[in-house]
Amino acid sequence: MNSVQTIPLAAEYIRILPEIVLTLFGMIIMVLDPLVDEQKSQKTLGAIGLVGAVAALVSTWMMAQSPGLAFSNMIRVDGFSVFFHVLVITIGIVLILTSYEYMAVQKIRAGEYYGLILFGLVGMCLMSSAIELVLIFIALEISSISTYILAGFRRRSATSSESSLKYFLLGSFATAFFLYGVAMMFGATGSTNIDEISAALASNNIPVLAYVAMALMFVGLGFKVAAAPFHIWTPDVYEGAPAPVVGFMSTAPKAAAFAVLLRLLFETNAPGRFWLVWVAAVLSMTMGNVAALVQDNVKRLLAYSSIAHAGYALVAFAAKPELGAPAVMFYTAAYAAMNVGAFAVVSHFANAGEKYVTVSNYAGLGRKSPILAGSLAFFLISLIGIPMTGGFFAKFYVFSASLQSGLVGLTIIGVINSAVGAYYYLKLIVVMYMREAEEDVPLLPVSLTLKAAVAISIAATLYLGVLPNRILGFLQESGKQLVQRQTVAPQVSKSEPSAPSL
Amino acid sequence: MNTSALDPLVLTLVTFTPAIGGFLLLLIPRRDRDIRIFSLIISLLTFGASVHLVARVHRMQSGFQYVIDKPWISTPNIHYHMGVDGISMWLVLLTTFLTPLCVLISWNSIHERVKEFFILLLVLETALIGVFTSLDLFLFYFFWESTLIPMALLIGIYGHGRKVYAAVKFFLYTMVASMFMLAALLWLYAKVGSFDFVTIQNAIRAGQVAGFDTAGQWLFLGFFIAFAVKVPLFPFHTWLPDAHVEAPTAGSVLLAGVLLKMGTYGLLRFNLGLFPEQSRQNAPWVCTLALIGIVYGALVAMVQPNLKKVIAYSSVSHLGFVVLGIFSFTQAGVNGAMFVMLAHGISTGALFMLAGIIYERKHTYEIADMGGLATPMPKYATFFLFVTLASLGLPLLNGFVGEFLVLSGAFQSNPWYGAIGATGVIWSACYLLWMYQRVFFGKVTHPENNSLPDLSGREQLALWPTAVAALVMGVAPLLWINIIDPAVQTALVPFTQAASKVVGQ
Repeated sequence: MNSVQTIPLAAEYIRILPEIVLTLFGMIIMVLDPLVDEQKSQKTLGAIGLVGAVAALVSTWMMAQSPGLAFSNMIRVDGFSVFFHVLVITIGIVLILTSYEYMAVQKIRAGEYYGLILFGLVGMCLMSSAIELVLIFIALEISSISTYILAGFRRRSATSSESSLKYFLLGSFATAFFLYGVAMMFGATGSTNIDEISAALASNNIPVLAYVAMALMFVGLGFKVAAAPFHIWTPDVYEGAPAPVVGFMSTAPKAAAFAVLLRLLFETNAPGRFWLVWVAAVLSMTMGNVAALVQDNVKRLLAYSSIAHAGYALVAFAAKPELGAPAVMFYTAAYAAMNVGAFAVVSHFANAGEKYVTVSNYAGLGRKSPILAGSLAFFLISLIGIPMTGGFFAKFYVFSASLQSGLVGLTIIGVINSAVGAYYYLKLIVVMYMREAEEDVPLLPVSLTLKAAVAISIAATLYLGVLPNRILGFLQESGKQLVQRQTVAPQVSKSEPSAPSL
Repeated sequence: MNTSALDPLVLTLVTFTPAIGGFLLLLIPRRDRDIRIFSLIISLLTFGASVHLVARVHRMQSGFQYVIDKPWISTPNIHYHMGVDGISMWLVLLTTFLTPLCVLISWNSIHERVKEFFILLLVLETALIGVFTSLDLFLFYFFWESTLIPMALLIGIYGHGRKVYAAVKFFLYTMVASMFMLAALLWLYAKVGSFDFVTIQNAIRAGQVAGFDTAGQWLFLGFFIAFAVKVPLFPFHTWLPDAHVEAPTAGSVLLAGVLLKMGTYGLLRFNLGLFPEQSRQNAPWVCTLALIGIVYGALVAMVQPNLKKVIAYSSVSHLGFVVLGIFSFTQAGVNGAMFVMLAHGISTGALFMLAGIIYERKHTYEIADMGGLATPMPKYATFFLFVTLASLGLPLLNGFVGEFLVLSGAFQSNPWYGAIGATGVIWSACYLLWMYQRVFFGKVTHPENNSLPDLSGREQLALWPTAVAALVMGVAPLLWINIIDPAVQTALVPFTQAASKVVGQ
């Protein structure tokens, strides 16, 4: 392990091939941006971005053929990282497809938008395969900085700038927490490599510093996944940012942050994680759902809903690792499918200047735009967690994992929360189908790319809801690999004191 | 004709034909007439396929028949496991019987968004049948939740008055309640490692489920709340009058005819089947609630000014009988409960159709706006009287058999239950006959009612089957009971065993 290799092998480059491809295409877009005619830059550069993302997806397949470590144990390619690569890049593709129409409608001419998406993807992909805390930090920054800028892309709108600035300031603050955590972990264990940390933490006397370090890193990542109590930024940022970007922000960086959390908490069998996760999960679910009940703005409503969904995913973090890991992975995928789709529809209905984003603007859309409204209703039904949809299975799997780990109290809180959550999603469906429009909301023709984006999301949501078997099998396998790397540690008893006598 | 090769597939066929039909409707151009005819054909096909279930049933066999069991998802261990016994088979048949009638009765009353209406109706039918045929708890929950969306949309889009309020109330009430069931069945899965009904049942009976002694009561309650809201048992019934009054006719028919039976079926299958000990312990207060429901529903029905509300509250009262019968744990009581479910499905379904017919003509359900309708609408009045008599339990019609059996079962378990329950029969005669008198007898109080057209051929076509069924069920109840009884006996095995143990001591 300690033999330092100076010249990387070719196989090692293949293990970061998707990142290389994405970077290359991002650079191409940046270089071409000033050269292409401003009127046409949208289409050309968007197409290049799309090609780049698809190429990255293909190279992920190549990467998957050569699993292993790379670059002095900084990168590990395994089923786990392949899964998150595919997930994040697919979200990126849907975002590009959605943005095509959106940018034209909003009259935003900026080719670098697509470049930034690709750079963001680089960071997120790297987050899922890095096993070195410093590299994770760098990847986190790459991904974050791109998203900060993307959030501010509606330049004529003050709320968008506010959103970007808020996201940037609070985000930097949170990454600082993460960095402190890394430093302290180094102090506690003498390493920043997750494998070595895991070995160091396996001993019986764990230094207090390690607990503090874990807590600090959890704060940093908790911010990224918008878990309460680190969620305050979410509604404002989501409200101001361009709608397709919100769909992206609420899924891809979250998925990547969840990937890091999985590695950090489960692979190292992190000490003292249980209550940390428990409290964050309960707070996120409850605060997210309760606040969402009173929202009038669809983007804010979905923002609070995304906090609540982060809470559901965190429930699985409190479960036994071998059950929790696949549940979290499935949850991120299902949530991505339905939420990206929902935001694709929202960004279409928003119209120029995002004028129509309040709940009452959606009145009568069921009649006026049956296909898109039907799709949105489908995504909302999935967010509620009704059978036939990925959302149902995701929740089911999370609660099943937590019950199998004996967390009765937490599960009941989660179940009650998802019942509360049904109300506000339903409110939107009701408005679309059972109210008549009060003011005339203009509808734009639906572009082919948007249709493709919605179709991909629907297909993914249905697939995860009806035939989850293959994916679940894959996730369980990769979750098992992840957990097996835990150096066998004395089993911490995780019984839940607050559980009623069930 | 030898159709035995069909046996393992027939349940899948019956369950999914309507949904496939609904999907095909998506592709059909929006010509309302075509859509109606197509839906009628699909629902009749489904009914035909379900008749196969009864035709080839092994009468004396008590277990599940037509079983199909295929792995669906490996982890968690979920199977596509379906099968019916004498209990669920008739409920499937009730569903497939009522759906074509719903199509007929909605022929003209639905003229906007016709396509969506029939798609929802057919999808709802699939979900309802699936609830009764599933033997895998996950699959059951899957179908159970799937009924919510189409029903809520039917009420919310095609209803009248405060339809949105009613739809949301319906959705939230049942959704929240079924969450408790989800938690309970996940707990069972965590302990048993299977969602299979029979496996879980055997594991519980063999005492192999760790922690069941303490958790049993909570699990019972988890399932019970989900079912009690659906039934609806007093005091969980408040969603029902709203949903019924605002729903379109077909929605009311399926709601009263089948949806409520999901709750009583669940109580019988799952609460009694999985938690016999807990059921016995909880029986006193459950029976008390059922009795309150019987009397309270009847008394409230009596003072309703609205035709549909009378019928809605009469459902609360009738379903109280069902719960009372089930929780008497006697063969007569449970057989009776099953029979009341079927009889109530048919006669209340017919009553809602009749109410819908008058609404189509007068656009109101207010009893005060009617009066003396027997003069302009003699055929209508005849059908109405027949169904009313069936519903209030006149001997030789279907309502009588079930209530009689339930009451005799209730007497066996506790004479007080029987005595109080029996008053319900009197009350139902009061409110139904009084309602009938106010609507039909005497002079025509509103001159515009003189010109009301009598039943059309299509409407008669929808009503005749219910009338015939009500009569046949009343005259020859054994046709039904013979198939129900073996299944009920199996369901009651833990109770009879325990009883004989007590006697033996």
